[in-house]
Amino acid sequence: MGITKKVTVLAVGLGLVTLSACGSSDGDDGGGGSGGGSRTVTLVSHNSWAVSKDVVAAFEKQSGYRLKVLEDGDAGQAVNKAVLTKDNPQGDVFFGVDNTLLSRALDNGLFQPYEAKDSDLILEEYRADQDKHRVTPVDSGDICVNYDKAWFAEHDVNPPKSFDDLIKPEYKDLLVVENASTSSPGLGFLLGTAAKYGDEGWQDYWKKLKANGVKVVDGWEQAYNEEFSGSAGGKKAKADRPLVVSYASSPPAEVIYADPKPDTAPTGVAEGTCFRQVEYAGLLSNARNPEGGKALLDFLISKPFQEDMPLNMFVYPVREGAQVPEEFAAFGPQAKDPETMDPAKIADSRDQWVKSWTSLVLK
Amino acid sequence: MLLSLRAATVRFSGRAVLDAVDLGVAEHEIVCVLGPSGSGKSTLLRAVAGLQPLDSGRILLDGHDQAGVPAHRRGVGLMFQDHQLFPQRDVGGNVAFGLRMRGASRIRQAERVRELLDLVGLPGASGRAVAALSGGEQQRVALARALAPSPRLLMLDEPLGQLDRSLRERLVVELRELFGRLGTTVLAVTHDQGEAFALADRVVVMRDGRIAQSGTPLEVWQRPADAFVARFLGFENVVEATVGDGVAVTPWGKVPVPDGAPRGTRTLLVRPAGVRLVPVEEGLRCTVAARTFRGTHVAVRLQPEDAPRLEAACALRAAPEVGDEVGVEFDEAEIAVLE
Amino acid sequence: MAVPVAFFAVFFAYPVTAIVARGLKTDGTWQLGRIGDVLAQSDVRQVLWFTTWQALVSTALTLLIALPGAYVLARFDFPGKQVLRAVVTVPFVLPTVVVGTAFMALAGRGGLLDELWGLRLDTTVWAILLAHVFFNYAVVVRTVGGLWAQLDPRQEEAARMLGASRFAAWRTVTLPALAPAVAAAALMVFLFTFTSFGVVQILGGPTFSTLEVEIYRQTSEIFDLSTAAVLTMIQFVAVGSILALHAWTVRRRETALRLVDAAMTARRPRGAGQWALLGGVLATVAVLLLLPLAVLVERSFGADGLGYYRALTEDDGGVFLVAPIEAVGNSLQYALAATVIAVVIGGLAAVALTRRDAGRLVRGFDALLMLPLGVSAVTVGFGFLIALDEPPLDLRASWILVPLAQALVGVPFVVRTMLPVLRAVDVRLREAAAVLGASPWRAWREVDLPMVRRALLIAAGFAFAVSLGEFGATVFIARPENPTLPVAVARLLGRPGDLNYGQAMALSTILMIVCAVALLVLERLRTDRTGEF
Repeated sequence: MGITKKVTVLAVGLGLVTLSACGSSDGDDGGGGSGGGSRTVTLVSHNSWAVSKDVVAAFEKQSGYRLKVLEDGDAGQAVNKAVLTKDNPQGDVFFGVDNTLLSRALDNGLFQPYEAKDSDLILEEYRADQDKHRVTPVDSGDICVNYDKAWFAEHDVNPPKSFDDLIKPEYKDLLVVENASTSSPGLGFLLGTAAKYGDEGWQDYWKKLKANGVKVVDGWEQAYNEEFSGSAGGKKAKADRPLVVSYASSPPAEVIYADPKPDTAPTGVAEGTCFRQVEYAGLLSNARNPEGGKALLDFLISKPFQEDMPLNMFVYPVREGAQVPEEFAAFGPQAKDPETMDPAKIADSRDQWVKSWTSLVLK
Repeated sequence: MLLSLRAATVRFSGRAVLDAVDLGVAEHEIVCVLGPSGSGKSTLLRAVAGLQPLDSGRILLDGHDQAGVPAHRRGVGLMFQDHQLFPQRDVGGNVAFGLRMRGASRIRQAERVRELLDLVGLPGASGRAVAALSGGEQQRVALARALAPSPRLLMLDEPLGQLDRSLRERLVVELRELFGRLGTTVLAVTHDQGEAFALADRVVVMRDGRIAQSGTPLEVWQRPADAFVARFLGFENVVEATVGDGVAVTPWGKVPVPDGAPRGTRTLLVRPAGVRLVPVEEGLRCTVAARTFRGTHVAVRLQPEDAPRLEAACALRAAPEVGDEVGVEFDEAEIAVLE
Repeated sequence: MAVPVAFFAVFFAYPVTAIVARGLKTDGTWQLGRIGDVLAQSDVRQVLWFTTWQALVSTALTLLIALPGAYVLARFDFPGKQVLRAVVTVPFVLPTVVVGTAFMALAGRGGLLDELWGLRLDTTVWAILLAHVFFNYAVVVRTVGGLWAQLDPRQEEAARMLGASRFAAWRTVTLPALAPAVAAAALMVFLFTFTSFGVVQILGGPTFSTLEVEIYRQTSEIFDLSTAAVLTMIQFVAVGSILALHAWTVRRRETALRLVDAAMTARRPRGAGQWALLGGVLATVAVLLLLPLAVLVERSFGADGLGYYRALTEDDGGVFLVAPIEAVGNSLQYALAATVIAVVIGGLAAVALTRRDAGRLVRGFDALLMLPLGVSAVTVGFGFLIALDEPPLDLRASWILVPLAQALVGVPFVVRTMLPVLRAVDVRLREAAAVLGASPWRAWREVDLPMVRRALLIAAGFAFAVSLGEFGATVFIARPENPTLPVAVARLLGRPGDLNYGQAMALSTILMIVCAVALLVLERLRTDRTGEF
């Protein structure tokens, strides 16, 4: 490479000084975790990160750290970027790597070990990397087929319950799914079928699904807001697919974000079509403020945060005894027996499956 | 008549820019429309060209009403005031343009381009870029371009407006000679009376969208239709007068008028040549305010005591100095009673 | 010249090289064999083929549909013209997620075409092509119309007097004069469509894939940086050759044009033909551009009217740390900063490029400036991340990165809009100023600047609009406490529930209005002062 950092620094140093001198009004230092001092702790996450203000305030007050959050694109991008910058990370803690990408983070040495306080209170089923403690589970969610209650009532059809139901003739041309190579729920659904039917059987299942008129779109936004007849957007767009791959937490969201709030959710979840996603956080290797990072990790599995999460990120807590909001319990209970898959297995097969899936379903 | 305008009217936001104009141009005739800027003369050309639709009235070419005939089908040529040569094309490309539009063969185009460039005195200029031409050369190219398709009527908008005086005087003679030789019918507009008189068979003076006067250069020069025309032609000695029998009462005193002049309150024109200088005591007493050398004569501006200034034309030798006191007499032959 | 070069070296060339190197270099040696491997894959070749042809067809279609619009906006005077000019630019700044929604209302299920003729274009290639027209209409109207308005209409009249029909006169006189602007517009449209991402993804469905989509997929999802690097290089070469071709054709046609005040050339349409043309253009705009936008507005109103808008002003304490409405302020600030950067850098570059003593090297820079349009936002974004990570250039978390990234996209607009006009300025005017005692800088300020002010404002408007709607780079730089409008919209759309969807539509409507108002103000600015020329 012809240009060295030294040269570029010389070339624009002056210009940048002028540029930044006339703007930085937010009072931050401009440089990620660098030189932020030990009183600031930086969380790097994806753009679904959300938390209530008072919960953050309580953390800051109690720990003495100021929390700074950087959002680095969608879940996939955020992980990839964290991997790329692992030698000189942007922050201290990364949150948002899920079980489908966990191996990428671990194999690349993204995290350093830390066993968070209260980690013994994390429900057994979510724990991972127990020997090294490089990651701490923070939340979980189920990717499931959602159905439009009104449509099924109107057409006098029972909503599907399982993967097997979806290939039955009465559900022909009703399901919309996301592209497994570009969408996280799309991938989750594919992994669910792989978990259910095994390495050999899933392709066969998808052939039948395709024959039964499954529609594939690129992202969750299109699937849910444009194609699914049960959503607010879908109703306005005269959508005609009453089945969509979404989350188990989508029905409660339809209640909470409605005005006026209905007594019951307009959508439901097909219990037997769920795949469990778990999101982890970890202390970044080379973190500039490891002590602050540790405090932050403790906070992520603390009761106040765990109970705040559901309504902000529409996920379920992983901490024993954490209460979920009433709407969640009523309209979006966690799947009783979701499909799961070992992160190592996912790491081994994921790319090959996506490739086969693409040529099988899209071509 | 090759071209006739019948009550041709154009309005711009309610204001009549052409106001019921009647005008005819015969074949092979060169007609020059003369008028100050804003008199509507350019609009007249644009209306004939089909670039400006009429609000009322008619335009006929060869007796055919041109309403609804688009500009490119009228078979007339227009040379624009600032030439509007196409900067993307070279000289030859500009001249050949009209022929190309008519589907002439390449050979025919090349032939005609050569012929016309020779005609306008720019032989071999075909490959030159228009941006590299001098003003006079651009003029010639524009002319060649307009002539190339042999339009039945050629219209010129201030054809020599941007050129220097000597070039203008030379070109105007060349043009007249050229049009005469080619038998071109020409309708030109200009604000320069010298140009109009030198070029035209017939001069049409326009004012505020109307035709103020029409006639041969001599007729117009000798007998301007009204005070406006007289002043526009450069005459300054124009006053209100009460005309009686062989004599008119003016601010300059009594002035002789030709026999048979209409009586009553009239506008009187005294040509500079009709103002004769005599010894102080023999005529109207004036002070010489200014003198301007005009080549063939000297124009002298005279200030009478209680009357408007007078302009006189004197022989070179007889011209008085500024500040001199002179007397003035009027020559009946150079006096015209207008209207 | 030094400033734009440094800017591009640091904020473009360096990060992109860094990320490509990361993909293709292992243990310090370049793995160039990867290029062959990737090219040998049939689906890569297929993607390349689809990318190219859809871009060509989209460009042709856009020119076909938008040139009459450019003419009408340049030459006709009619009430609401300025509003119209602002409105056609709105699609350009809308986030693709929103545009997808809007465009479905035209061509999708239950859309206008479906209602009228039972015609559904979603997931067909036609939806992509039409959406490209929808997006790029303004590019043609603004770049071509800007110059068109200043062409002396008498040139066409001169041709008409020589026997050219209206169309022949346009083709032989106006079109050649417009050629640099048309070429510039076509080039930009081609670049945009060649590197199209959101439109292809949303409207084309997963079966259609452009290089850009593939690069995104390889970088963001599959994390195969070496394949991504090869694809980036392919796209780079493709875009580079298009730019070279364009530079070559434009240079051959450069001529000094006679420009007049735009206000003098526009007049009310007259005659049935012209009214029909105006009507046709307005109808096209209405169906193709306004209808999808109207759908957005319609969906932003809830059962109780303005409920979604009211919700925007409430701080929900969660999804956003501030009320979503504050995104408007953030967006405006970023866009303003980006516009300033883009105008300064682009302006300097354009001036340097028009200097007569500009050598080959400098002229080559012209094409170079366009390259950011041809490189995936994901590539640049990832490049920023690994390249600009050490003080004093550790900008990864700085707010300035957002306007910088946006300015990268804005600069080509500024350069492209200003170059044709700057080049058309008669050099004698500068000489006249020099003789009257003006230094070169002074002469530029006194002569060129007033003449190009209009172009400059158009350029600034573009840069502003582009950064207002920029999403790709902003999404991973914006911080949760100060999201921009597109980021906020995307975030709302990413969550289920009536209120979220409604607020997303309401916020999109606000984005549209902010953009339209900003552009309108710019239009006003232009006519308020007299003596433009």
